[in-house]
Amino acid sequence: MSAESQTFTERYDLLGCIQCGRCTGGCPVTVRANLNVRRFVNDAYYEEKLDELARQAEIWDCTACHTCAVRCPKGLKPLEVLLGLRAMIIESGKVEPTVRDALQSVLLEGNPWEKSRAARSDWMEGLDVKIAEPGVPVENLFFVCCTIAYDPRVQAIAKNIVRLLNKTGVDYAFLDDSETCCGSEVYTLGEEGLFEMLVEDNTEYFNEYSAKRIVTLSPHCFTTYNVHYPDLNKPVIHYTQLLDELLKEGKLVWKGDLPKKIVFHDPCYLGKQGGVYDEPRDLLKSIPGAELLEFERCRERSLCCEGGGGKMWVESESKKERLAETRIKDAKALGADIVAVACPFCVLTLEDAMKGLGYEEEMRVAEIMELLGEFIEA
Amino acid sequence: MTEKPKVGVYVCHCGINISATVDVDAVAEYAQKLPNVVVARTYSYMCSDPGQSLIKNDIRELGLNRVVVASCSPRMHEPTFRKAIREAGINPYFLEMTNIREQCSWVHEDKEEGTAKAKKLVKASVAKARLLEALESKEVDAEPAALIIGAGIAGIQAALDIADAGFKVYLVEKTPSVGGRMAQLDKTFPTLDCSACILTPKMVDCASHPNIELMSYSEVEKVDGFIGNFDVKVRKKARYVDFGKCTGCGDCAAECRVKDRIPSEFDQGMGKRSAIYLPFPQAVPAKYTIDPESCLFLTRGKCGKNPKCQEVCRAEAINFDQEDEIVEFKVGAIIVATGFDPFDASRKPEYGYADYPNVITGMEMERLVSASGPTGGKVKVFNSEEEIEPKEIAFINCVGSRDKSVGNEYCSRVCCMYTAKQAHLIRDKIPDANIRVYYIDVRAFGKGYEEFYDRVRRENIRYIRGNPSEIFKRGNKLVVKVEDTLTATPLEDEVDLVVLGVGLEPRADMRQVMDLLRLSQSPDRFFLEAHPKLRPVDTATEGIFLAGCCQGPKDIPDTVAQAKAAASSAMIPLARGKVMIGAQVATVNEATCRGCGFCVNICPYTAIELVTVNRFGNEVEVARVNEALCKGCGSCSAACLSDSIQPKSFRDRQILPQIAALGAMK
Repeated sequence: MSAESQTFTERYDLLGCIQCGRCTGGCPVTVRANLNVRRFVNDAYYEEKLDELARQAEIWDCTACHTCAVRCPKGLKPLEVLLGLRAMIIESGKVEPTVRDALQSVLLEGNPWEKSRAARSDWMEGLDVKIAEPGVPVENLFFVCCTIAYDPRVQAIAKNIVRLLNKTGVDYAFLDDSETCCGSEVYTLGEEGLFEMLVEDNTEYFNEYSAKRIVTLSPHCFTTYNVHYPDLNKPVIHYTQLLDELLKEGKLVWKGDLPKKIVFHDPCYLGKQGGVYDEPRDLLKSIPGAELLEFERCRERSLCCEGGGGKMWVESESKKERLAETRIKDAKALGADIVAVACPFCVLTLEDAMKGLGYEEEMRVAEIMELLGEFIEA
Repeated sequence: MTEKPKVGVYVCHCGINISATVDVDAVAEYAQKLPNVVVARTYSYMCSDPGQSLIKNDIRELGLNRVVVASCSPRMHEPTFRKAIREAGINPYFLEMTNIREQCSWVHEDKEEGTAKAKKLVKASVAKARLLEALESKEVDAEPAALIIGAGIAGIQAALDIADAGFKVYLVEKTPSVGGRMAQLDKTFPTLDCSACILTPKMVDCASHPNIELMSYSEVEKVDGFIGNFDVKVRKKARYVDFGKCTGCGDCAAECRVKDRIPSEFDQGMGKRSAIYLPFPQAVPAKYTIDPESCLFLTRGKCGKNPKCQEVCRAEAINFDQEDEIVEFKVGAIIVATGFDPFDASRKPEYGYADYPNVITGMEMERLVSASGPTGGKVKVFNSEEEIEPKEIAFINCVGSRDKSVGNEYCSRVCCMYTAKQAHLIRDKIPDANIRVYYIDVRAFGKGYEEFYDRVRRENIRYIRGNPSEIFKRGNKLVVKVEDTLTATPLEDEVDLVVLGVGLEPRADMRQVMDLLRLSQSPDRFFLEAHPKLRPVDTATEGIFLAGCCQGPKDIPDTVAQAKAAASSAMIPLARGKVMIGAQVATVNEATCRGCGFCVNICPYTAIELVTVNRFGNEVEVARVNEALCKGCGSCSAACLSDSIQPKSFRDRQILPQIAALGAMK
């Protein structure tokens, strides 16, 4: 049965729900927004109510952290009901200009940041980067991510990994500027048609490369490829998994030390959704002098930073404390010098929160690759 | 077989189960025209008395010698119709059943197509029925003894019933004492009788019963044979304590050098024991056991100058040279009563069970409220270093049950009630505590259960409808993140103690018993019964029965009822003293068998062996089937390279025409 001919109830298996409330109970944004995802799952059963539901502002508060889906005892994905409602809005065209522009940019330029496709590999300038060619065998085919490729704040992730790869002699290659958005945020914004197109095009694109596996720099791409690209002909891993392999093989040697207290913030798309918890921690622990702390709410209980779910383009109406601020305050209370993350969105939200709270002097938010970059032998 | 086949075809309506989707009259009309068919009839319920009489009369009056019944799966009613045709004077194996219900009417919607398919199936059955041969089943003696694996309340009850009926029982228990999970419980819902008070007398009875041979700290190693004649091999593990000499005085445990350092299994690790120990004060047998994993002498070869236990034992019962002992015996029936494991709460990391000492399981709460437990029945928790009496207490139901995210879709059936009971017990002990129970649905289905639930709520136990999603710590408090779904209010409920109402899971070591007895699992991974309603304590293997939670989660009343049912079923062959051996077994054509042994290896029932025969003066090996063990599954036949081994009633010459008949129609 095609998705179009299914009713909302069938498509999201609404009748499978027992209204236990574990979804809303676990939803991180309930402390600051009016969102009650369980009620949407309940109410979406009534077809005649859908238009009204889709107009509720809180459907845009969902960060797509997937906690509701991970915890659901019946295997449902409550957040997808919200995304389905978003899709109705997208369809009607009544969206925020920011969202419209981001989606249009993905369609035209292959990234949501309204940057030119031609500039996608500009970050490589001055670096000796191996570029992949279709059909030429390579072990690790890297997928950079739109945010890392264009945002100067997080470009260091890609740059440092190139330096590290060149140093370790790992067989790798990067894609040139033909690399196109994975569609993670397109999907969560509810642009189903565009997402379907991206899945089709990217699958065809990747399948032409004879790589053993795809290595993504962002957990969002990592999970999107693993979950939504059923026809991809190679496995997809996150770069922390690759580096952890190298670490265990003794191939990563750090120069210098970092006598700092580091607390790791689990990105939802890496931890809760991807099941990758230990690798980033192992990498941080390998930095000489570093002391790894843990948040009270870590790993499976990690708190979302509110960076996903299209939140980069939709401002929340709530004036209550942002979760990223809660996170930074918790880190401060722990006495952490560095909040380490493994996701470009987490860098942006947490750093913003840290600056807003005025902790810049005593604290730092850094992506793991930014930290490791300081210890790669020249 | 010179007699000309005269086939009767009987098409069943099965009420509307079949007739709603299959035009039964059209099928009968069609069948009437098939070769060798003398008569074809329909009837509303062929399995009923009048239905059977119809067949019997036709056999007598029309001289039928083959019968085809087109109805349900043969699983239920093949024996019914075999018996009927035998009563009418023809061999019971001259019956062929056509499954037009499970494999036709129930799975199709279109009546025309359903009817066409039913016709095809009937045609195939008639083709085979003509070629059936007469078979005879045999009887062999049955050993009037039973083996019971597991001595929890299920095993104990079954053992007592069978022993009271006058049969020998071998009761094998893996741990040093009988009693199982029930012995760990404090009070039992809904009547609040003390678990130990009602269980201990039974435990003592089963140790002293003249007909029960209790083998504690023992494991079944091997089971061969078949109903009535199982050969059992049991390993009695070395206790390092002379069973005959030990008086159970406990001097050894009091002096043990690792005293109070080994987590007590009975107290869920909250209490500590010595390396030489009695699992709990009322243990049966009251004989000490040395735990080889924690005993200094057994692990390191040295314990001070001399092991203390040995020094102080006045009965001179300590024997470090003791070895495992293998015992072999024969039984006629086996009852599996191996119980369950509580769900491992650390598999739901969002509840922080592994991280927070004040998040405990229901099983731990049982020990905590028990007067004989590690705290003497005092409910206390630690806030940092400080020991406090918890005032804010949350119970969470459905932990590890009704939960696909951990692979357990079933309801564990006991958690709602044990949670209510524990809430009541805490209310007694801490009258001013704020106690809430987070629930999805309260399932108070048993006798007196709803009444008990009513009573508990009125004791000011708050029932809040919502299943918590997460527990984390804030300061000294545990934060339960949950939604009150009745008011649609997301909460961060701060409490001192969380009790996880963990469900019941199949035992982690169930594979061992499965392999031993070739049992199957149902989709919930518990042992599979032969029929969910009508053969609830039987297994697919005759003579092997199930009792208690190994078959699925159960409360104590249901467990005891099932144990009694298993005991009564197990006693049938024991009381008769004889068992019937199935006639549809594999048979070897020794003239063509090449003795390759493929079938020997492939047989799931170890029913085939190679024997040496004389063929034209040459010694050759051929396969031979032990008819008592063979189930007629046909695996050997499928594997045989020379078509030399074939199950009776399913020979190639019988099923190939059947298959051909299926293909011959459009």
